[in-house]
Amino acid sequence: MQWWGRPPLAQTGGMLVRRFGQVVVLLALLVIEVPAIALSLGMLALSFALGMVFLFPPQVMMVRRLTRLHRRLLREWTGVGIELPYLPEPPPPAPQADGMYRSDRTLYKTPRIPAWNNRWKWLVSDPATWRDVAWLALDPAVKVALMPLFALVPGRGLRVYALWSELLLGATAASRLASQVSHLKRTRNLAADSQAAEMRRIERDLHDGTQARLVAIGMTLGAVEQLVDDDPSAAKALLAKAREASSDTLTELRRLIRGIHPPVLAERGLADAVRALAMDSPMQVTVDVDLPHRPEAPVEAAVYFAVSELLSNAARHGDARAATVDISCDGPNLRVTVTDDGMGGANPANGSGLAGIERRLAAFDGVLALNSPPGGPTTVTLGLPRVLPEHWAGKVAKMPRWKATTIILLWGTAWCPTFPQGLVAGFFKIFDLDDKAWFLALYMPEVWQWPVIVGMITLGTLMYVMAFWLSNHHRERWYERVLPTRLSC
Amino acid sequence: MNVLIAEDLYLLRDGLVHLLQAHGFSVVAAVESGPELLKGLLELRPDVSIVDVRLPPTFTDEGLQAALAAREKVPGLPILVLSQHVEQLYARELLADGSGAIGYLLKDRVFNAGQFIDAVRRVAEGGTAMDPEVIAKLLASNARNEPLAALTPREREVLEAMAEGRSNAAICQRLHLSESAVAKHTASIFAKLGLAPSDDDNRRVLAVLAYLNSR
Repeated sequence: MQWWGRPPLAQTGGMLVRRFGQVVVLLALLVIEVPAIALSLGMLALSFALGMVFLFPPQVMMVRRLTRLHRRLLREWTGVGIELPYLPEPPPPAPQADGMYRSDRTLYKTPRIPAWNNRWKWLVSDPATWRDVAWLALDPAVKVALMPLFALVPGRGLRVYALWSELLLGATAASRLASQVSHLKRTRNLAADSQAAEMRRIERDLHDGTQARLVAIGMTLGAVEQLVDDDPSAAKALLAKAREASSDTLTELRRLIRGIHPPVLAERGLADAVRALAMDSPMQVTVDVDLPHRPEAPVEAAVYFAVSELLSNAARHGDARAATVDISCDGPNLRVTVTDDGMGGANPANGSGLAGIERRLAAFDGVLALNSPPGGPTTVTLGLPRVLPEHWAGKVAKMPRWKATTIILLWGTAWCPTFPQGLVAGFFKIFDLDDKAWFLALYMPEVWQWPVIVGMITLGTLMYVMAFWLSNHHRERWYERVLPTRLSC
Repeated sequence: MNVLIAEDLYLLRDGLVHLLQAHGFSVVAAVESGPELLKGLLELRPDVSIVDVRLPPTFTDEGLQAALAAREKVPGLPILVLSQHVEQLYARELLADGSGAIGYLLKDRVFNAGQFIDAVRRVAEGGTAMDPEVIAKLLASNARNEPLAALTPREREVLEAMAEGRSNAAICQRLHLSESAVAKHTASIFAKLGLAPSDDDNRRVLAVLAYLNSR
């Protein structure tokens, strides 16, 4: 097939017709846009000039609906994906200890007014709200201005239009950062909550189990102390009981330790710990771990508990007989797949197990994908992005040697033209000192002396600028890689 | 009988030394780290060694690694591994060479001095001593194995005791059975599992463990 050749005429023709259709739709949208502009300017004027603040949120929502429509159409037509720039919506107000809801310095009985206030603040303080308004106000003019382009080359015209829209409707560095901060805040809270819940569970287990048993052992030993002279045989029986109790305590502690951090995981790492899990499982579990090194301890623990939960789910609810666990990495991303031959139909809404795994993974921006058709098989894929050190994949952006050498050479030699040959020679010249030393300029004919001095200073400065630029350029690229762009949420 | 002890907790190490000396063992060395242990095992070749899994310097499975390394160089060197927790994974690694003279027990078993000393002696004589918890786990992971499911409850008890490394005489005592009844049960177990019968206690135990290990 000649994919590189000219596409068949019918196709280009069809494409052209479609493009014109798209342009017509875009222009037809003006019928909505122009009244929307009038309406929203009116609403804005009323809400801010006359204090009818309740008109502001509907106005923003109306504009957002329009901009969303444009973003969607442009993505479908031109492939220019315009990120949503909006700040995340504030969470619903939480009641205080006394059941009241606080908004600034006022307390309310119901969450309605605080929620409305938060929403209003959210909308008015989001720069994207005002960029949307600016876009809407300018859009008809832009569409009209692009008319000739639309008529001649509709494909190109649409692209130009998309780029213009992205300018005002796209995400900015600040909005990306804001959404990332709110995402991090949410995951941090989740992690802190699950940590606290874990601590409470451990405390309860120690308090109700281990501590109580140790008290019982202590009491038994006290009784033995009293009995040992008068009734040695009874004392002996009690001692046996105390020994048994201590053994039980140890068993319980072992169970508790397994729940906190399994010993095999600490001793052997993830691969063997998962193998040990597989052995303890009643199913036939095949384990395939392909990691060049051990991940960090928190990542190992999260993956271990996730796999443990998934295997026990498969055996308990899915009635599976065999399962496979596959752990591999793709650059810095860790990927875990657990498949079983059970009856499928797993639903995260039914059991808290999958939700618990998701909570645990949230701290690492991890995601869980479940595919469990009724009748099986069930496949669960866990993805933990950027949890492994970058250098495993050998992808560290290393500065090329020529660049490093140039930078070192520049830094190392720039002083020579700048200071002795430039500034100091100029100083000698100004004060008319006799000594010429090794300053090149002073050996030149009189007319050339100043140009050479100035030239030297310029050369030195240029070398400094060059060295700085080269090293900074590299750093910037590193920075781009380290700062994740928008998170999908 | 010469014995080497590797344990990093002073109290437990001291307790073990006293316990073993009281039962007529002579403690040739009591070490507290992995490298010392490996050196001791290879140089002293004790009649039996009691080794903790987790030892300095890394506090991971230093003791287990040293035991495996020593047995690779000296096949059948009797070693009894003690641990705060038992893992099938480790049991399988220890049993993998099939040469016997190996033990793997929870540290709690030390509480029962009589049984513990018995296990130490058994390992020294080339037998095995597997913790009941290991055996329970091995059997649990073989739960869907059909020949095993076909065993009667009594046969299962005998199998468990045998897998722990006990001799016929010890099984009689524990299950309150006559010698001939135990012999009958073992013959039946071997027939059901398709194993070649053997009169030698140790070889029989190894066959059972190999069977459980194979899946």
